[in-house]
Amino acid sequence: MPLLDVRDLSVVFKRKGTAPFTAVDNVSFAVEPGQTVGLVGESGSGKSVTSLAVMGLLPKRGAHVTGSVNFDGTELLSLSMKELRNRRGRDLGMVFQDPMSSLNPVITVGRQISEVLQRHRGQDRKEADAGAVAMLDQVGIPDPARRVGEYPHQLSGGMRQRALIAIALACRPRLLIADEPTTALDVTIQAQILKLLADLVRGTETAMIMITHDLGVVAGLCDEVNVMYGGKIVERAERHRLFAEPRHPYTHGLLRSIPRLDAPRGEKLVPIKGSVVDNIPWEGGCAFAPRCPNALQRCRQVMPELEPEDARHLRCHNPVQPAAVAEGRAER
Amino acid sequence: MKLLKRKSDRIDELAAGAGEGGTSLAADALKRMARSPVAVVGAGVVALFVILSAIAPWIAPKDPFTRYPELRSELTPTNIPGPMPGFLLGSDQNGYDFFSRLLVASQQTLIVGVLATLLGLTVGMIIGGLAGALGGWVDSALMRLVDIMLSLPALLLAISIAALFREGSQWTVIIAVGTVSVPIFARLLRGAMLAQRESDHVLAATALGVRRRTVVFRHMLPNSLGPVIVQATLTLAAAIIEAASLSFLGLGDPSPRRAEWGLMLAQAQRHFEVKPELAFYPAAAIIIVALGFTLLGESMRESLDPKNRR
Ligand SMILES: Nc1ncnc2c1ncn2[C@@H]1O[C@H](COP(=O)(O)OP(=O)(O)OP(=O)(O)O)[C@@H](O)[C@H]1O
Ligand code: SF4
Ligand SMILES: [Mg+2]
Repeated sequence: MPLLDVRDLSVVFKRKGTAPFTAVDNVSFAVEPGQTVGLVGESGSGKSVTSLAVMGLLPKRGAHVTGSVNFDGTELLSLSMKELRNRRGRDLGMVFQDPMSSLNPVITVGRQISEVLQRHRGQDRKEADAGAVAMLDQVGIPDPARRVGEYPHQLSGGMRQRALIAIALACRPRLLIADEPTTALDVTIQAQILKLLADLVRGTETAMIMITHDLGVVAGLCDEVNVMYGGKIVERAERHRLFAEPRHPYTHGLLRSIPRLDAPRGEKLVPIKGSVVDNIPWEGGCAFAPRCPNALQRCRQVMPELEPEDARHLRCHNPVQPAAVAEGRAER
Repeated sequence: MKLLKRKSDRIDELAAGAGEGGTSLAADALKRMARSPVAVVGAGVVALFVILSAIAPWIAPKDPFTRYPELRSELTPTNIPGPMPGFLLGSDQNGYDFFSRLLVASQQTLIVGVLATLLGLTVGMIIGGLAGALGGWVDSALMRLVDIMLSLPALLLAISIAALFREGSQWTVIIAVGTVSVPIFARLLRGAMLAQRESDHVLAATALGVRRRTVVFRHMLPNSLGPVIVQATLTLAAAIIEAASLSFLGLGDPSPRRAEWGLMLAQAQRHFEVKPELAFYPAAAIIIVALGFTLLGESMRESLDPKNRR
């Protein structure tokens, strides 16, 4: 049985005076214990909203959430606020994008860790403070005994993100959601943080959802990858399969737009035309059609369903043929 | 109604910029202030005023509450003695030592100003904190009340409140002036807390299952205090002027056992042609002290403004 089972999750934002906006549209996926699952897509594709819905962090007013989020047999969407608060931080942890703004500037990093330990583990202040030092040590912060007493602004960007990870992992949650954990960091630091996350969850029962718009991040980390477009999952596959043979035109385009060190000199990147902002809704066709090189007449009339095909799940009327993928390689 | 809106909107704007950097910001801000001449002058005036009023009773050359025969003997309707040996600024209209009274009056001004500001701060923070933490109808109701108070001119409101008391006293002035500053503090704290509620670190704390109470008191409130502290300095300046105005209008404590600049100014009016200094010195004192607090407050606000960082 999966640890997290998300079924037909939809999030519709309703504001007075504006048309309802479907940010997440019938999304289903599952995460097994110990597994790392990627959620990939351009800005605005609904990745963060999906994760916030899982955590129950969307505002009660204005965000209409339907479907089911089953965590280890418990339906999270129907939990009371109080029960949810008991779960957050203990069973479910989250690492956010911007480590500076996600830390409270007026209390020490150590206190921000011990606070969670006191809250969920019922530890007293002394135990929790010791736990904070141990956590900082574990996420690779040098001289943790000194660093616990420092404020977020005294740490470097990379160390702040390490601290944030320490806070999220303090109570050993069974599921960790990392929402673009490296986007705000320098390139050199990005790799370190990803390695840290991988090390921390490898060989443990902790499952992870890695949210990113960067397929390069997923490549080294995820067991399974969900590609999102316009609030829907358009392709899901095991990591190697997805990278070797992207079948959805959007995934294919994403992979072709990644700069590769081994690409021949002078080869141009192929960006995907347009942006997700001008997406058309899914009803009455495929939302990717305006940007899709493979689009058929049918794509503008019938919405494609997510269907098992070729050892993956695919939402497309006219997927990229394996031969064409190989050809694309050969061209390089 | 339009004016009303503008005033509370301005306050909300100030509040929104709050707490975007916490401690680091405070440390930066101090450094920036030390480099600003306006801040240094403001802080200097304020420091001098506070020190003077603290030690006034000990450094006053004469007893401010004794009518000296040598001064009284020369008092006539057309003559109030000027400076003479032992009496630096001569006599006031009643035969007291003018200089000593002027000096000791600073103490009264500081006490009234600080107590009135503390009163406004405390009540305002309770109202604003409740509104910001609870939101919803509590927020709407409290802010309606606050907006009504804000729509009235502060001095007019203070006079009306003071007039409710049967006889004027120091406490009348403190309560009246303090009440008037309640809505600004309330609106400021509420605005800052609402901004905090939307902030990333409050979302992060919520994602950790931190209790609501803890989120409010440890994560929202401390990050919302910046604009409130600045406002307290500015309010002190306003409170000093308002308190003086109330005494000037006879709504304060009229006893001669209490020296107070506003009252001195009011009583000097009748003798303006004989000895204009009697009005001039208390007026100058009020203006300089209020200006000192205003300069300090404004430069604090400026250096705390995230837009001016680095
Ligand atoms: N509170 C909200 N109210 C209304 N619309 C929202 C709200 N939050 C998000 N949205 C909209 O939902 C859509 C999906 O947003 P989401 O933050 O999930 O994107 P994302 O995939 O995480 O992108 P990014 O890479 O930029 O983080 C966006 O178009 C966004 O404008
Ligand atoms: S369904 Fe049609 S438009 Fe949509 S991705 Fe597939 S080929 Fe392109
Ligand atoms: Mg996002």
